[in-house]
Amino acid sequence: MNGEPETGRGYLEERGWRSWAYTMDHKRIGVMYLCTTIAFFFIGGIFALLLRLELLSPQAKYFSDHAYNVFFTLHGAMMIFLFIIPAIPSGLGNFFIPMHIGARDVAFPRLNLASYWIFVAGFLVVIASLVSPMDTGWTFYTPYSAKTGAAVATLSFGIFLIGMSSILTGLNFIVTIHMMRAPGMTWHRMPLFLWGMYATSIIQVIATPVVGVTFLLLAMERIFGVAFFDPSKGGDPVLFQHFFWFYSHPVVYVMILPAMGIISEVIPVFSRKPIFGYKAIAYSSLAIAFLGFLVWGHHMFTSGMSPLANAFFSFLTFFVAVPTAVKVFNWIATLYKGSITFEAPMLYALTFIFLFAVGGLTGPFLGALATDVQLHDTYFVVAHFHYTMMGGTVMGFFAGLHYWFPKMTGKMLNEKVARIAWALVFLGFNVTFFTMFITGFEGMPRRYAEYLPRYHVENVISSIGSAILAVGILVMFWNFLQGIRKGPPAPGNPWRALTLEWQTSSPPITENFPEIPVVTDWPYGYGEPKGRTA
Amino acid sequence: MEGACREKGSVMGKVFALGAASGQAAQVDAVFLMILVIGIFFFLLTQGLLIYFAVKYRRRSPDRDNETPRITENRVLEFFWILIPSIVVVVIFYYGWRVYTNLHEPEAGAVEVYVNGRQWLYEIKYPDGRTAINEIRVPAGKPVKFILSASDVIHGFYFPDFRGKMDMIPGRTTVLRLQPDRPGRYPIFCTVYCGTGHSNMMARLIVMPPAEYAEWAAHGEKEGGEGKEHEPLAVRGERIVKNAGCLNCHNIEGPVKVGPDWKGVYGRKVLLEGGKTVTADEDYLRESIVDPGAKIVKGFPNVMPTYKTTLPKDDIDAVVAYLKTLK
Repeated sequence: MNGEPETGRGYLEERGWRSWAYTMDHKRIGVMYLCTTIAFFFIGGIFALLLRLELLSPQAKYFSDHAYNVFFTLHGAMMIFLFIIPAIPSGLGNFFIPMHIGARDVAFPRLNLASYWIFVAGFLVVIASLVSPMDTGWTFYTPYSAKTGAAVATLSFGIFLIGMSSILTGLNFIVTIHMMRAPGMTWHRMPLFLWGMYATSIIQVIATPVVGVTFLLLAMERIFGVAFFDPSKGGDPVLFQHFFWFYSHPVVYVMILPAMGIISEVIPVFSRKPIFGYKAIAYSSLAIAFLGFLVWGHHMFTSGMSPLANAFFSFLTFFVAVPTAVKVFNWIATLYKGSITFEAPMLYALTFIFLFAVGGLTGPFLGALATDVQLHDTYFVVAHFHYTMMGGTVMGFFAGLHYWFPKMTGKMLNEKVARIAWALVFLGFNVTFFTMFITGFEGMPRRYAEYLPRYHVENVISSIGSAILAVGILVMFWNFLQGIRKGPPAPGNPWRALTLEWQTSSPPITENFPEIPVVTDWPYGYGEPKGRTA
Repeated sequence: MEGACREKGSVMGKVFALGAASGQAAQVDAVFLMILVIGIFFFLLTQGLLIYFAVKYRRRSPDRDNETPRITENRVLEFFWILIPSIVVVVIFYYGWRVYTNLHEPEAGAVEVYVNGRQWLYEIKYPDGRTAINEIRVPAGKPVKFILSASDVIHGFYFPDFRGKMDMIPGRTTVLRLQPDRPGRYPIFCTVYCGTGHSNMMARLIVMPPAEYAEWAAHGEKEGGEGKEHEPLAVRGERIVKNAGCLNCHNIEGPVKVGPDWKGVYGRKVLLEGGKTVTADEDYLRESIVDPGAKIVKGFPNVMPTYKTTLPKDDIDAVVAYLKTLK
């Protein structure tokens, strides 16, 4: 509330639980998603630390093998379905999509609230499945998932509900972006975060029903004995893998594209330079979303598929690398001749590029047939997807949280503490996960509660790294809490950014803008005396 | 073309020894190294520029903020940075695919070994009818064809030293080919998560010098019993227990695994599913090995496979003798 032109009340001012539970304000719904998903990030993180604790010793020490299997299943399932898929789209996306296009809300505010409560119902069902906790891995491979005594049907029903929420949110965003743009906000004047979110929403709407159906089939097999996947009754266990990856491969782009959108916002702001190759970045998001549907088979090179099918999937897989590389080149080119500062959002954005490069460049080892056969299902894969998902998406999420913290809370963060947290996260992440590339190359399979002593040193190093990483994340969130409690008030536009969300007060008023802005230029005109009119 | 490819692979494998245990594995390592070199090049190029730009163009004075040049595209540069990665990925794909196809080509005169995966052990059958558990013997220098199946859930069959892996799928047969060159003992891991005992599902590949293998194949006993006839029964039982994968599910000391633990099992009063109690005598122990489903200990799943056909009677006697020593 800082001297900005303002005609309404800050969106946080209304108090009482009803003002949250029944809210149709996209910002409040976004905040509720953020709080929920971050809570699951912490729970999933605790499971990760328990795994690393157990792996300090080659033999079962603190937990039984079964407990270990439950922990890695819950770590994966919670991190993926309850944190990384919804966090950026439903959390930050909800908050900033309408603000970015100069709208007062999403197209269907009531549906938006319903999506959130369906999500809540979903995670409650997931929690209910803990009475007989899942031990199948987050991939639910049949026939094991059809036979185990764990509550597979319950958990998959929970994820079914979460998927439904995700479809509704995706639809809402697509319609919002098509219909609600402010006057003058043409497609090519949209911030790149929106292009990322648009591509993401399309994938959510198209791919999520497939996993919903897959889980229904699995539930029918478990409950009614309809043998879709049981070979002894004429089913095919590998069919499940096809269904599962037809969803779960595109969904990795649901995870990464919004994070790439955040990076495309942060880099120009802190370089004071226009984004390089706007159209290339925008359309490469769509290209990645499209190619993402054609490559699911690369998760299954050792599943007995024909060598010809393997060759096709391998070939197509490599082409995802091209639009991805283009984005990285564009971000780096944006830095050229900039005037760069290194506040926390920028540190995380640069960290994203650095770690995602490692994740991206280790992809070809797994895309190439000869080396994938060796590395598949080893720790190499674990390292690769943590570099892309945590080093990529989660770093992008952290960049977004730091970047938009002043806007969402109206408070500034302690920059010094944020940098200490960043250093710990960067160090801890690399110690934990880079080591896993070596562990994997040496042949240690993933999902092992016990392992041969020859892998002991590598596992101890990873466990030490995970402790450093955990401390870093605790410091970061402690800093967030301190910022909310006693941070200095934030000005409307602390980063001097040109996108529309910064042209209103911090925190924004309930309907975002006193007047709907008229857009006359793209939002990346940095380094020039004239900015955009708002 | 293929010959040349193979030749090149093994030469590179010798130059950059990454620990591959055969010439074929060295071909895979050559692909690995090629991707590694390309990856390091692009990593240093992009991240070098990232760091260089970040340092060189750091903000020196606020005035500069308004003077940064308006550079929004460069068609030539963008054309090349789409073209070059496209070519590079096609090259990587091609090389990875050729080597993969080479390794999967059927070779004449391969030694065949049937391997069946089940929770949580590998059952091995040789064409001449001999069987074993978790231990595969093959001659060095000859191609081997593993014919893979699974009884319950999907399992993996992975030789880290030979860079080879194939899933074992219930209801169908898959094949893994291998040519081990050097005699030695190599681990085999299950790589597809298959339940509680997954990480203990392991086997050994024993690659024998051809002469030794011929002798073993001609009159060796199964279970590697060369010259072990005179060892005490309990010692023999302990060896069988270790080889047959029993310890994947049964612990002697420490936390209870999938099955009941064994310390002091002999003579113990056992509470069964259904409420009955039996005393664990020799007959009960024997029955639990050949017909594990007959009497289920309360609180444990009925998942143990029968060893009726995989262990001969005198081996079972030896195991029972061993169990009796665990006080």
